[in-house]
Amino acid sequence: MSAPPDARSGPDARSGPGSRLRPADLLPLATVGLRGRRVRTALSTLGIAIGIAAIVAVLGITRSSQSELLTRIDRLGTNLLTVTAGQSMGDEVPLPATAGLGVARTDGVERVAVTAVLTQVHVYRSDRIPHTQTGGLDVRATDEDLLTTLDGHLAAGVFLSAATARYPVAVLGHQAAVQLGVVRPGPGIRVRISGHWFVVAGILAPFELAPELDRAALIGLPAARDVFGYDGHPTRLYIRADTARVAQTVDLLARAVNPAEPPAVQVSRPSDTLTSRLLVADSGTSLFLGLGAVALLVGGVGIANVMVISVLERRAEIGLRRALGATRPHIAGQFLVESLVLATLGGLTGTALGVLITYLTALQRGWPAVVPPGAAGLGLGAALAVGALAGLYPAVRAAGLPPTDALRAV
Amino acid sequence: MSDDVVLSFHAVSKTYPGTPPVTSLREVDLSVRAGEMVAVVGPSGSGKTTLLNLAAGLDRPTSGTIHLAGHAIESSGDRRLSGLRAHLLGVVFQRFHLLDHLTATENVATGLLYRGLPRRRRRAAALTALERVGLAHRAHQPARTLSGGEQQRVAIARALVGRPALVLADEPTGNLDTVTGGQILRLLTDLNTDGVTMLVITHDLAVAAACGRQVEIRDGRVSSAVAL
Repeated sequence: MSAPPDARSGPDARSGPGSRLRPADLLPLATVGLRGRRVRTALSTLGIAIGIAAIVAVLGITRSSQSELLTRIDRLGTNLLTVTAGQSMGDEVPLPATAGLGVARTDGVERVAVTAVLTQVHVYRSDRIPHTQTGGLDVRATDEDLLTTLDGHLAAGVFLSAATARYPVAVLGHQAAVQLGVVRPGPGIRVRISGHWFVVAGILAPFELAPELDRAALIGLPAARDVFGYDGHPTRLYIRADTARVAQTVDLLARAVNPAEPPAVQVSRPSDTLTSRLLVADSGTSLFLGLGAVALLVGGVGIANVMVISVLERRAEIGLRRALGATRPHIAGQFLVESLVLATLGGLTGTALGVLITYLTALQRGWPAVVPPGAAGLGLGAALAVGALAGLYPAVRAAGLPPTDALRAV
Repeated sequence: MSDDVVLSFHAVSKTYPGTPPVTSLREVDLSVRAGEMVAVVGPSGSGKTTLLNLAAGLDRPTSGTIHLAGHAIESSGDRRLSGLRAHLLGVVFQRFHLLDHLTATENVATGLLYRGLPRRRRRAAALTALERVGLAHRAHQPARTLSGGEQQRVAIARALVGRPALVLADEPTGNLDTVTGGQILRLLTDLNTDGVTMLVITHDLAVAAACGRQVEIRDGRVSSAVAL
């Protein structure tokens, strides 16, 4: 033969030459089987990819929605408090007339706004509307500090001022304006409030933390007293507390509002509903992560199944490789790495898919898209772990095949 | 034992467990010297394949000793046997056993995979071996696109690529038509002339006649060893 490689370089005639597989050859060797069975490779990869995509997307979407909630909470502040005296038949119950003053003197209170629902007073688009069609809208008397206390914004026009509060001037909540068909405020735009015309001076932007104001027409306290005989008892106070002392302030408020009967006073923190949505989102995450894990498990079983079949089909190849000098660990390594390659392909595809789903969802909902860096790592790690587990049994089985039996099979 | 003995069987028996146990080789003595081409002939079930499996270190004898290039096979562990196969043996099978979707070159290079040689050297050696068996022009064809005769040539190149001390051939013409079988036989005898030591298992008398020495095996015993 012409110029064959030196076969006997290295081996020692006494101890015997060794069988050796270069680590660099392991990967090409492991992909031989995959390249030969492309459809099956794609399908078993898909199984893992779905599981990983579910996990990454759940983590990404949850984090994105939480990030959006946190941004909102930050923007709205957690230091807004409301004080009521509970509700009776859906109507707010009057607080003592001195409540506003008491609260303003309380430690930790930065701003306070007093409002009162005027019962039996309703707002209509015109004098042609029957009295029974109130549309579920309230009329509230309020002081001029409401907008600053709530950090609210006007969609159009101006808010009540010390001057306008005395006159028949109204500012409409966002929903109330829509319902009354008032598009923009102005001197000629009027609404009918229980028999009196009020000029619409402004329309409010929605209040996230005080939705009751969205469905109300707001008028000044003096006007309420003069026109509707308002008795000076507020029904709801809005308070901005010092952010660092919100909890202490909450404790003091009840006594400040109603020294005679503190338990009759309800102090609540509207941002708590948003905070609780964070918790709800978290519990939803665990559920979906569980489903993702099940999908991943099914994908892993799929890989194990494909690998077991592959070992059965490739008994002749295993026998051949043993005849060519492969040791049992070489055979086990080939099949284990093959399974890992399958899982890694699935993991990469799934992670990419999960990130894509997160971005699309965030884009559609207008959230900031956030994929926790750990999620991608977790996805790939989980895929590798599943691949290793799924490949272990087939690999051991392949390595254990007697080479003579394996060669007999075709 | 003389230095130029490549393979030697001494009082080798092989019994497969079962009820009843099957003894397929009984007290076989056999030796193959460097440069020889020995045919092992015998009817089906006579123990030819068992003999090949033992010679290849794919199986162990129940009793007796087997030496391959001075290494005791019967007492070696799996690792050591694998090493002996990787370095000292080339095997040609009746059914070729090529990896279908690999090219001819890749199939031949697989013969050196478990020696730990770099890929470049394996490929270079594979191309040389393919040239030797007259298939240089098919080097980059996938094995599945080759004819039966070409596939067996690739398998022979794979057995030769590492310049082994001994080539074992199990019915090398068994799956080929007469003309192609004749060509393969001529290739094997040419290789032997060039110094390749061969042990050929066959029940084809033409193949046996082409070998320098025939060993007949019947019911697990060597019944005659005729030098031509």
